[in-house]
Amino acid sequence: MSTYFLKRILYVVPITLAVSFFCFSLVHLSPGDPMDAVVSADAPREVVAMVERAYGFDRPLPEQFALWVSRALQGDLGLSAANGRAVTTEVFAALKNTLLLALAASLIGFTLGCTFGLLAGYWQGSLLDRLVTGFAVGGVSVPHYWLGMLLVIVFSVELNWLPSSGAGPGSSNDWAFEWAYLRHLILPAVTLSVIPMGVVTRTVRAMVAEILAHEFVEALRAKGLAEKRVFLHVVKNVAPTALAVMGLQLGYLLGGSILVETVFSWPGTGLLLNNAIFQRDLPILQGTILVLALFFVLLNLIVDLAQARLDPRIQRS
Amino acid sequence: MVYKKIAAALRQARRAAAVTVSLTVLSMSAMADGQVLRIAMTASDIPLTTGQPDSGFEGYRFLGYTVYDALINWDLSSADEISGLTPGLAESWEVDEEDTRVWTFTLRQGVSFHDGSEWNADAAIWNLDKVYDEDSPQFDARQAGNVRGRIPAMDQYEKVDDHTIRFTTREPDAWFPYQLTFLLFSSPAQWEALGGDWDAFAREPSGTGPFRLTRLVPRERAVLEPNADYWDADRVPRIERIELIPMPESSTRTSALLSDQVDWIETPAPDAIPRMQSRGMTITSNPYPHTWPYQFSMLEGSPWRDINVRKAANLAVDREGLEALLGGLMVPAAGIVTPDHPWYGEPEFETRYDPEEAMRLLAESGYGPDNPVEIKVLISTSGSGQMQPLAMNEYIQQNLAEVGIALDFEVLDWESLFPNWRRGAEDPSSRGAHATNITFGWLDPFAAFYRFMHSSMAPPNGFNWGYMDDPEYDRLLDEARVTFDQEAQDAILAEFHTRMVDDAAWLWVAHDVGPRAMQPRVKGFVQAKNWFQDLTPVYIEE
Repeated sequence: MSTYFLKRILYVVPITLAVSFFCFSLVHLSPGDPMDAVVSADAPREVVAMVERAYGFDRPLPEQFALWVSRALQGDLGLSAANGRAVTTEVFAALKNTLLLALAASLIGFTLGCTFGLLAGYWQGSLLDRLVTGFAVGGVSVPHYWLGMLLVIVFSVELNWLPSSGAGPGSSNDWAFEWAYLRHLILPAVTLSVIPMGVVTRTVRAMVAEILAHEFVEALRAKGLAEKRVFLHVVKNVAPTALAVMGLQLGYLLGGSILVETVFSWPGTGLLLNNAIFQRDLPILQGTILVLALFFVLLNLIVDLAQARLDPRIQRS
Repeated sequence: MVYKKIAAALRQARRAAAVTVSLTVLSMSAMADGQVLRIAMTASDIPLTTGQPDSGFEGYRFLGYTVYDALINWDLSSADEISGLTPGLAESWEVDEEDTRVWTFTLRQGVSFHDGSEWNADAAIWNLDKVYDEDSPQFDARQAGNVRGRIPAMDQYEKVDDHTIRFTTREPDAWFPYQLTFLLFSSPAQWEALGGDWDAFAREPSGTGPFRLTRLVPRERAVLEPNADYWDADRVPRIERIELIPMPESSTRTSALLSDQVDWIETPAPDAIPRMQSRGMTITSNPYPHTWPYQFSMLEGSPWRDINVRKAANLAVDREGLEALLGGLMVPAAGIVTPDHPWYGEPEFETRYDPEEAMRLLAESGYGPDNPVEIKVLISTSGSGQMQPLAMNEYIQQNLAEVGIALDFEVLDWESLFPNWRRGAEDPSSRGAHATNITFGWLDPFAAFYRFMHSSMAPPNGFNWGYMDDPEYDRLLDEARVTFDQEAQDAILAEFHTRMVDDAAWLWVAHDVGPRAMQPRVKGFVQAKNWFQDLTPVYIEE
C-alpha cells in the first residue's frame, strides 16, 4: 500500500518539471510580443528597450526560464506584463473563483449524471433509458458558450430572474454564501455542468449495464437478495470508475471554463487566460497554465489514491 | 396524515414568501442606490490607476481624465463643436518667440490633490521625473511606457518658480500642447505616504481630477466618487458613485444592460441596437476623430502606385450601403478628417460612389473585370476601433470586385495586425500585402497626418507603413509643425489634406460614431466629438 502511494507521489516530480518546461516553451513559441502588453504601439524604440530591461524580456530565453523556475519554486511567478501586479496573487484570486464554479458545476453534473446513469443502466432499453441517453449525448455535444448565451437570453434578459454576469453585486472579494451572490453562480454553474453530466451519465450507464450482466448479480438474486440490496452492490462497483471520471472532469472544468467564464464575465482563471492571450501577457499565461496543470496533476493523484483505497485490485496491479 | 400534508404545504409557502421578501429587499436596495452609475467598459481589466492609464483611450476616458488632470485638458462640453483644448492644471502657456522650442506654462493656483497636498511646480517636475528620469526614486516604467510615446516632442523641463515651469522641445513643434493632454499628474505626497510604492498608489491613488477612486478590485470593479473640492466648480460631478466594470465581450455587455445589471455600456454590438431601442434604452452616438481606412503600400510593385487604381477604389465603395449594413452606426469618410473639420480643405476629387467612373479609370490603366487588379490586404477579425472588420471588408471586397479590383485578405488577429503597423509593408510579417486595415484616432495633427504621411516616419520610426514619400507632403507637414498661429497652421493642414484627398492617398471608408447604450434613467450625458467624454454632468433620474 505505502509503496504504491510513494511511487505515485514521486511520479509527480518529473511531471511537474515537464509541465513547467512546456508551459514556458509553448507560450514563447506562440506569435506575439509581450511588449505589446506593456507599452503603447506608438512608444519609441528607446522606451520599448527601457521597459524590456525593466521586465527582463531582453535576457536570453534559457536564462528567463531558469529565473522563472527558481522564482516559481519560491512561490513567485513574476509580474503581469499587462498590469504589473504579482502573477501569484492574480492567479490564486482567480483560481478561488474558478474552483467555486467548477465545484458547483461538478456537484450538479455528478449528482445528475450518477442519478441518470444509474436509472438508465438499471432500466436499460426502456423509454427512460432512451430519454436519458439522448439528454447525455446532447449534454456532451452542446457547445458551452452557446448554451450559456441561450440561458442568459432566457433567464436574464427575458425573464430577468438571474444576473447575466459577474460574481456578485460587489466583487468576488466580497463573496458570501448568500442569495445575492449565489444567484450569480447559478447560470454559469449549470452551463458548465452539462458536459460532466453527460460524460458521467454515459459512463455510469455503461458500467451499470456491464455489472448487471455479471454472474455474481445473478447469484445475488438467486440467493433471494432484495432488489434494493442488489442495486446497492451495483452502485458500490460503479463508484470507483464514476469517481475517476468525475475527478478528471473536475480537472477539465478548471482548465476548460474559458468560454463560459468569458460569456458570464466570471472572474476566474478562464477569463484571466482569455484576457492574457489577447493581451500577450506571457507571465500571466505561464503562471496560470502552470498552476492549472499542477492542480490537474494533484487532482489525478488524489483520484488515483482514492480509487486505490476503494478498490484494492488497483494496488495489487 | 392530511394535517401533516397541510403543515408541509404551509412550511413551503412560508419559505417561498421569505425568498420573495428577500428578493424584494434586494431590488429595493438597488433602487435606494439611485445615484450609482454602473458602466460596462470594453477593457478586460481596470486600466492602470497610477496616473498614466493603459488600455488605450478607454483607459484615459475612464481612469485618466476622471481622477487626474493634465496641464491642458480637452473641452468636452459640446456635442456639436469639434473638441478643442482648454486650460487644465496650467492657467496659460506661451511659446518663446525667439526660440520656439521653449514653452512657459503658468500653473493654476489653489488646486489640491485628493489627499489635500498642494499642486505646484515641484509636484509638476516630480511627475515629469516619474516618467522621464530613470534615476529618480519615483520613476515608473509602466507609466513611462504608457505616455512617453505620446509626447514625441519632449526634450527638457525645469521649474522657473513655484507656479511656473518651462519645457524645451527637441525641435520647434506647434503641436506640443496637444501632446501634453496625455501627461497626467499624480500626488507626490500620497506616493510618499504609501512608502513610495506604485502598487499601493494604484489602490489608493490621488490626483486632482473631478473624481476620487475609492475602491479598486483588479479585473472586476473600480469605484469613483466625486471630488467635491474640484477646482472647476462647473465640473463637480452630479452622480454619487460610478462603478466601472470591465466586460470585453460585447454580447455580455448587451445582456448586462438588458437585465439591468449595468446602466451604461460602451460599444454595443450594432445588431443588438434595435433590440435595445425596443426595450427603451437610450443609444447615443456622435462622429469623433476616428478613421477606418486602407493604408496603401507605395513600395515598388504595389498596384496603388497608380493614381487611377487609388481613385477607382475610392469610387467603388458604396459607403451608404455599408452604413446600412452597420445599422447607421458610421459616417462615410471622404478623407482622414471629416468635412466639417478645419483641416479638411477643399479637395477637387470627390470621394463618392461612382462605379462607372471607377471602371473608366481602371480601363485607362489597362485593368477591367477580365483583367482585375490583384491586391492583398491585411485585415483583422476584431480589435479596438476596428468596428465590424470582417463584415465591412467582405462588403468592400464585393464592391471592388464589381469594378475590377480583386481583393485577397490576409486575416490576422488584432494582436498580430497591430504590431505589424510599425514594422511596415516590407517586413516579412506583412506577407507581401499591399494595404493594411488599421483604424486610428486623429486628435492632433501629429496623430492624424504626420506619423503616417511624413517620409521620416517610415518603419521603424512611425506608422508610415506603406513608405509614403512625397516631398510636398513633407514640406507642408514640416511647415505646419512650426506654425504657431493656430489659424495659419489650420490653413496649411487644410492644404495638405486637400492634396492628399486629390491624390486619393488611401482608401477612406468610414468614421465611427462611438455608440453607447444606456438605461433611460441615465441623464445629462453630452457625447462630445471626441474619444474622451465628460462624466461629471451625468446623473440618474429618480
